[in-house]
Amino acid sequence: MKKILAASALALGLGVSATAFAEPVKVGLITTLSGGGAGLGVDARDGFMLAIKLSGATDIEVVTEDDAMKPELAVQIADKMIQSDKVDVLTGIIWSNLAMAVVPNAVAQGKFYLSPNAGPSPLAGAKCDKNYFNVAYQNDNFHEAAGNYAQTEGIKKMFILAPNYPAGTDSLNGFKRFYKGELVGEVYTKLGQTDYAAEIAQIRASGADSVFFFLPGGMGIAFMKQYAQSGVEIPVMGPGFSFSQDVLGAIGDAALGAKNTASWSPDLDNARNKEFVTAFKAEYNRLPSIYAAQAFDTGSLIAAVAAKTDVKDADAFRAALEAADFQSVRGKFKFNTNHHPIQDFYVREVVKDADGVLTNKIIATSFTDHEDAYAKDCKM
Amino acid sequence: MQTALLIEQLLNGIQFGVMLFLMAAGLTLIFGVMGLINLAHGSLYMVGAFACAWVAAATGSFWLGLLASLVAAAAAGAIVEMTVIRRLYGRDHLDQVLATFALILIFSEATRWVFGSFPLYLNIPPLLGGAVALPGGVHYPLYRLAIIGVGLAVALGLYLLISRTRLGMRIRAGESDREMIGALGVDIRTLYTIVFALGAALAGLAGAMVGALQSVQVGMGEPVLILAFVVIVIGGIGSIKGAFVGALLVGITDTMGRLLLPQMLAAIIGPAQAAGIGAALASMLIYIVMALILAVRPKGLFAAQA
Repeated sequence: MKKILAASALALGLGVSATAFAEPVKVGLITTLSGGGAGLGVDARDGFMLAIKLSGATDIEVVTEDDAMKPELAVQIADKMIQSDKVDVLTGIIWSNLAMAVVPNAVAQGKFYLSPNAGPSPLAGAKCDKNYFNVAYQNDNFHEAAGNYAQTEGIKKMFILAPNYPAGTDSLNGFKRFYKGELVGEVYTKLGQTDYAAEIAQIRASGADSVFFFLPGGMGIAFMKQYAQSGVEIPVMGPGFSFSQDVLGAIGDAALGAKNTASWSPDLDNARNKEFVTAFKAEYNRLPSIYAAQAFDTGSLIAAVAAKTDVKDADAFRAALEAADFQSVRGKFKFNTNHHPIQDFYVREVVKDADGVLTNKIIATSFTDHEDAYAKDCKM
Repeated sequence: MQTALLIEQLLNGIQFGVMLFLMAAGLTLIFGVMGLINLAHGSLYMVGAFACAWVAAATGSFWLGLLASLVAAAAAGAIVEMTVIRRLYGRDHLDQVLATFALILIFSEATRWVFGSFPLYLNIPPLLGGAVALPGGVHYPLYRLAIIGVGLAVALGLYLLISRTRLGMRIRAGESDREMIGALGVDIRTLYTIVFALGAALAGLAGAMVGALQSVQVGMGEPVLILAFVVIVIGGIGSIKGAFVGALLVGITDTMGRLLLPQMLAAIIGPAQAAGIGAALASMLIYIVMALILAVRPKGLFAAQA
């Protein structure tokens, strides 16, 4: 009996020492896999899983759940993942209203949250947290880049449009921060709205030189199709979300030539991006969207950090995340003091690739090493 | 310019209302005749849109797609009626809501399983593309005018069907006394299936027409379903006339509210806040209208029976 006990104690001891360095990391991926926003969530999930697969890591376990784009559901899932699945890291949320509901609670319980998309301004500023990292952007960034582009292009009168939710107000604020011309219209629509006849009529009557709109997912598809049919000839521009790969197919040729801004594009010239785009096409038989690219970076970062540090040692894990020593599809990657990226933003144009598929091509750089406007309010 | 904008918005309101009417007509018929609350009506709208997008992509013809949407939605409606709904007539509304809510989930997941999570491409037929100039300096998309035309034609057709034909007579009889017309020898089961399929076909038609304008994706029916319920509550449950008036009222109120409320508020509190508050108020407006109408006429504008 004594022998057996000793043997098992020894085995346990060995087991512990053997795994002490590569403690498995459990990741909870909460994203939108059903309903109107599912295209975005599916791309984020697929990008994330591809990164884990390519990293070759065997000790990362991912639990995936669908939030159906509902904040209350996302909160329940996060609680369940923390309490019964015992996850170490949470990620995956696309929508800012869901992130605002989940993130503060999760980081308060000592869990890490890495955002692959949503970057609401409070979490970048006054409500920032040492365990919250945003691998994508701060919400205002793409829109700031678009505002900067409109300003440098010398566009005199703009009409701007976004949905009425945290990322929508961040969007228009970001645009206005860099665009100093005249705003002939500023309209907030309902989140999930699909008929834009009333807004298009206002655009027609406004006499604008250009229209800036931020409408991710199905909202943008509906807007662009209706706009193309309305006979209004004013050129449109937007953040990368409005012309992302997930919606281009459904918008069709109406999107051709539209300018949009993003921190990434499928044609961005670096080895890691080429590897990502090729692998994504081979694995899922479609071109990746910006959501897939950001989630891929999130997955790569977790894999790189987990290979070096033990997730149970929160301080070491956090320090490794802050160092962000991983290969990004964006070429270079660095976190600011508020755990949001400092990165370049490009102006892209919708074109047809060699196979006749609509996609984006970089035509200019809007910002180099751009920081968000809220970092100074973050006291960590 | 301001009058042109107002006229355009009025047309937008009418177009939106007419589309809601196609949804609400089926919903109110089914409730009026069979006393059934059908939450899955939005799924039939989605079935119509997907059938249209799929057939249009396969054949290259929007018109074949439109036909397919009618057939597919009517067939889906008839099958659902015969397999599931038929068992629910005798039960109370809570059971009906539960079962038809389950149908929403089944339809959504089945559609995702077959077509994937990404929105489908469906565009307006070239014949109806572009905008036309109307008197008063108004430019209006031809396709939206066509929707108004189809909606009004369906409204007229339904009116004639219900007031002039034998089927319509049975439907009216079914609304006033279900047991009695069964006792008089009318095949009530077939009548129910026909009414359900008719309602489904109208929803499918709405889905296909709107799908070309918006985006064809899983879950597209539920937001419309909520508005369709608002319409039949305002119009009086079971009344086609009520559905028509209610639909136009909701359509015009919603569209005009979105235009005028932010502008009116801007005069009082400045444009920056007005955009946000106005948008929020505008999205509440139809529910406020519904509450006001129910306060004055608790059974809706045209209550079907006393």
